[in-house]
Amino acid sequence: MAAPAAAPADAQSQFPPPKVLTYPAAAPPSLITQGAEGRLYKTTHLLPDRPCALKYRPPKPYRHPILDARLTKARLSAEAKVLDRCRREGVPVPAVYAMDPAAGWMMMEWIEGIPVRAAINEWLGARRPPEEGAEPSAEAADDGAPLADLMRRIGIAMGALHRTGVVHGDLTTSNMMLRPRGEGQAVNGCVGGGDDKAKVLEGEVVLIDFGLATQSMSDEDRAVDLYVLERAFASTHPRAERLFATVLESYKDTFKKAPSVLVKLEDVRMRGRKRSMLG
Amino acid sequence: MDISTKKRRIALGCEGSANKLGIGVILHTGDPGSASSTSTVLSNVRHTFVSPPGTGFLPKDTAQHHRAFFVRLARRALAEAGVRVADIDCICYTRGPGMGAPLTSVAVAARTLALLWGKELVAVNHCVGHIEMGRAITGADHPVVLYVSGGNTQVIAYAEQRYRIFGETLDIAVGNCLDRFARALQISNDPAPGYNIEQLAKQGGRVLLDLPYAVKGMDCSFSGILTRAEELAAHMKAGGKGPDGEPFTAADLCFSLQETVFAMLVEITERAMAHVGSTQVLIVGGVGCNERLQEMMGAMAADRGGSVYATDERFCIDNGIMIAHAGLLAYETGFRTPIEESTCTQRFRTDEVLVKWRR
Repeated sequence: MAAPAAAPADAQSQFPPPKVLTYPAAAPPSLITQGAEGRLYKTTHLLPDRPCALKYRPPKPYRHPILDARLTKARLSAEAKVLDRCRREGVPVPAVYAMDPAAGWMMMEWIEGIPVRAAINEWLGARRPPEEGAEPSAEAADDGAPLADLMRRIGIAMGALHRTGVVHGDLTTSNMMLRPRGEGQAVNGCVGGGDDKAKVLEGEVVLIDFGLATQSMSDEDRAVDLYVLERAFASTHPRAERLFATVLESYKDTFKKAPSVLVKLEDVRMRGRKRSMLG
Repeated sequence: MDISTKKRRIALGCEGSANKLGIGVILHTGDPGSASSTSTVLSNVRHTFVSPPGTGFLPKDTAQHHRAFFVRLARRALAEAGVRVADIDCICYTRGPGMGAPLTSVAVAARTLALLWGKELVAVNHCVGHIEMGRAITGADHPVVLYVSGGNTQVIAYAEQRYRIFGETLDIAVGNCLDRFARALQISNDPAPGYNIEQLAKQGGRVLLDLPYAVKGMDCSFSGILTRAEELAAHMKAGGKGPDGEPFTAADLCFSLQETVFAMLVEITERAMAHVGSTQVLIVGGVGCNERLQEMMGAMAADRGGSVYATDERFCIDNGIMIAHAGLLAYETGFRTPIEESTCTQRFRTDEVLVKWRR
């Protein structure tokens, strides 16, 4: 399955591409998405059959030019550094091919598959919807062993990431891809074999978009990382909110220093969310 | 008479969660929840407790102010609206979030009106009030909402009967950061510190002073920026130089602070918009009146092929009409607050409210 559907044709012409994409190439670049951080193009690197993702951070018109230049350069350099580090330590992330921080672009390995967000929504969509007017509940997701298994794989990826000394800074289910496993590869711990619907949740979890990532070993930063994902998860997939505990469980199994991070997570929750003090 | 079939419905709303006491009267017509329903502001009056430069408003004094002004403001609201007590269907008040003492004063006053006039009470979440009023005034039907004020900083989007919080401050509110910075420079609190910073910033901008930029995913943090800005203010007063070796002014500081914190707010809003796939953005709350913030948000939204919706000080700054409006929306779905449950609370999350009036 191809990665996120290409942006509509009018969006292709809406933005002028960065200069690096105006040189003659074997395959014409296509705009894949306009994220908050910038634009993602699909093009090729060195060989016409070697697809790559080009991340371009255009100048933000709303931001003061000095602040904008400072942020763009710092973020792109930090992103490349962090990706390189993860790659070396075996965390599933795209490889960096080339970059120009001052011009605001970076070329990376193209990750096949669909975002975890789309996979979860497709899975939940195939389940029965909650009753009319009823509070959204986790009941509908209770029979979701394959979903729990995906949560477990997310937790493992997070544990591996934090073990490396990197925090992502913008963890959402949109910033994780499900890469189909190639033939001959072991299907490690992937349950749900016979169920066709469960296939949508299969694959390797690959973390993407390290635009806000930093190198940090502090419990505080790691806890905030988990907290950002927890909240993004709750707001994006309210029906499966309860399953988030599974992410934390497998995180704990993967990462030796997890217990102290999870204690800190309690603090972050109390501080970030002005929780009701009643009861 | 059944409220859901009544053609004209009128609510009186009382707001006093911070230093503004506001009372408003709203009229809803048409079938609730249908396309034919309309909202009309009949009156919207406010009185603000202003503390001297260099100080903030304390809960005790603010509560005292609200108690002193409630009766005359309520009379004015009724007179301007031209409605009789008999026309009113319900009394709405702010349950929270906000400062305890001022909230209590207004809750007691609202309860008194309800008992005096024999009306039903509706307790309203302050943040939901802002959102619903912003939607009603601007006509934005499904926006990402940036709620920025002295006490709150949240990026919100609606999903499945709740206003869900996608991002928020991890420490102090952006308005609190601006207010306290104004105190460091002895900037006047009249009409509002944020307004005076905005005016001063228009004269600055020769240099952009380096301030921390603290965005974590869709969340952000302002306390470190405030500390650095206060340090720079002290540095300036001591005759220190800016990055270009020249002295800088209070206006440059205001400019730099606004550019930095607003860039952060626009960035987290853009991230939430990309995340939920929306192109509309609605700014509500007191800081939402800032025209520089509106301009920056507009540039971002235009870049994404969307648009920004904002209101002016009548509806951005805390007011009674938003409480009346949100309260009446809830009242129309059958929501009531029995007198014995008519409490208030400093902590009341936006996502705790079941939004029954939206699909």
